[in-house]
Amino acid sequence: MKDKITTILKEIRPEFDFTENVNFIDEGMLDSFDVVTLVTTLDKEYHISIDGLDIVPDNFSSIDSIRALLKKNGVNDES
Amino acid sequence: MNLKFHNKEIEGILTIIPAREVKFEEEMEHYNFSPAKSLKLKMAMGYNKHCIVEDGVCVSDLLIHGLNHLFDKNLLIKDEIDAMVLVTQSPDYFMPATSNVIQGKLGLKQDMICMDINQGCAGYIIGLIQAFLLLEQEEVNKVLVLNADVLSRKVSKRDRNSNPLIGDGASVTVVKKSKEQNVIYGFIKMDGVGAESIMIPAGGFRTPSTAATAVEDEDRAGNFRSPDNLVMKGDDVFNFVQREVPPMIEHLLEKASCKKEDVDYYMFHQPNRFMLQKLADKLGISYEKMPNNIVANFGNSSGVSIPTNIGFNIGSKLLTEQLNICLAGFGVGLTWASLLMKIGNLRFNEIIKF
Repeated sequence: MKDKITTILKEIRPEFDFTENVNFIDEGMLDSFDVVTLVTTLDKEYHISIDGLDIVPDNFSSIDSIRALLKKNGVNDES
Repeated sequence: MNLKFHNKEIEGILTIIPAREVKFEEEMEHYNFSPAKSLKLKMAMGYNKHCIVEDGVCVSDLLIHGLNHLFDKNLLIKDEIDAMVLVTQSPDYFMPATSNVIQGKLGLKQDMICMDINQGCAGYIIGLIQAFLLLEQEEVNKVLVLNADVLSRKVSKRDRNSNPLIGDGASVTVVKKSKEQNVIYGFIKMDGVGAESIMIPAGGFRTPSTAATAVEDEDRAGNFRSPDNLVMKGDDVFNFVQREVPPMIEHLLEKASCKKEDVDYYMFHQPNRFMLQKLADKLGISYEKMPNNIVANFGNSSGVSIPTNIGFNIGSKLLTEQLNICLAGFGVGLTWASLLMKIGNLRFNEIIKF
């Protein structure tokens, strides 16, 4: 799951290294429109619908937070 | 607040859309982002084209065009109009009320009520609520809900947050007392704490427009706009809608003792496709029952997106059938409101161009 998330993020913002241990939102690596694109892609890739109430910056600030969100939506870590 | 109205009905709905269509790609060069990123956003949000007025066109121009269309086709008789409720956030003037201007230009009778209401995304619902209240009067038998905005004139072309989605439009909805017994359920809430979430900061009496308020600044996301322009805090608005709208709809249906599946259509205000899809998913409603194609085809014309939605998606159906429809508007104010009512067998339900 981690590699797949990193690949998706890289497609959205190719200029950044998402393997770095930084806050993607605070560092300006993802803006609100990137988050919309990310949610749309994750929904499609994993056949889920991330709850609108979960579309908040904290849930997209790191690979781990995105993983946690996917797990909350029933996505297996091996996916 | 729960609302309930008895024995009122919609007789017809006319939507007036500017003939000028602008494609998303035509405006991408104005945005401070790569074309690739802009196109990704286009896909996610459902942007395609938006219909906007030519310079100088006002809401009264759109509405007079629409009303004359109805008069010419004998779908509306001037002397039968007892009140006009105009809901707009882009009036012709601060004073007088634009509804009075329209009354004068069309030569309507003096024995009537004209009023303007300053509401936006939920404005169509608020206009209908006001019409239902006016129809409680013995001498008021027919009310026009006029909903119109030309907010493209207040949006910075270099603001990717707002410019691609904003559309202009107007609608005329004829509301009258019903001979048949019926009940219309409504719900409305407001939260002025969020007043700055969607606003035009300058141009009113608090901050009059000056040369300084016309100067554009770059925001954190790379958009350029001035205090004279419309500004929308997209994150705040999105979170507000996802937090408040689903429980509002659940509550409205519960009050009406109506199951979700017994509603034929959910015709909501359409800020963008992404927001609508998230609402539909949360409420467990199919995209067919809650259309989300108005921004792609017309742009978001504030409250007018609801009658546009009705005309575009179920226009002909409502001429011959009566359907159970849930209407909802949400946004600037902050305001959120909904109605559950039967609509159908309309005399007219069409979209015309200006």
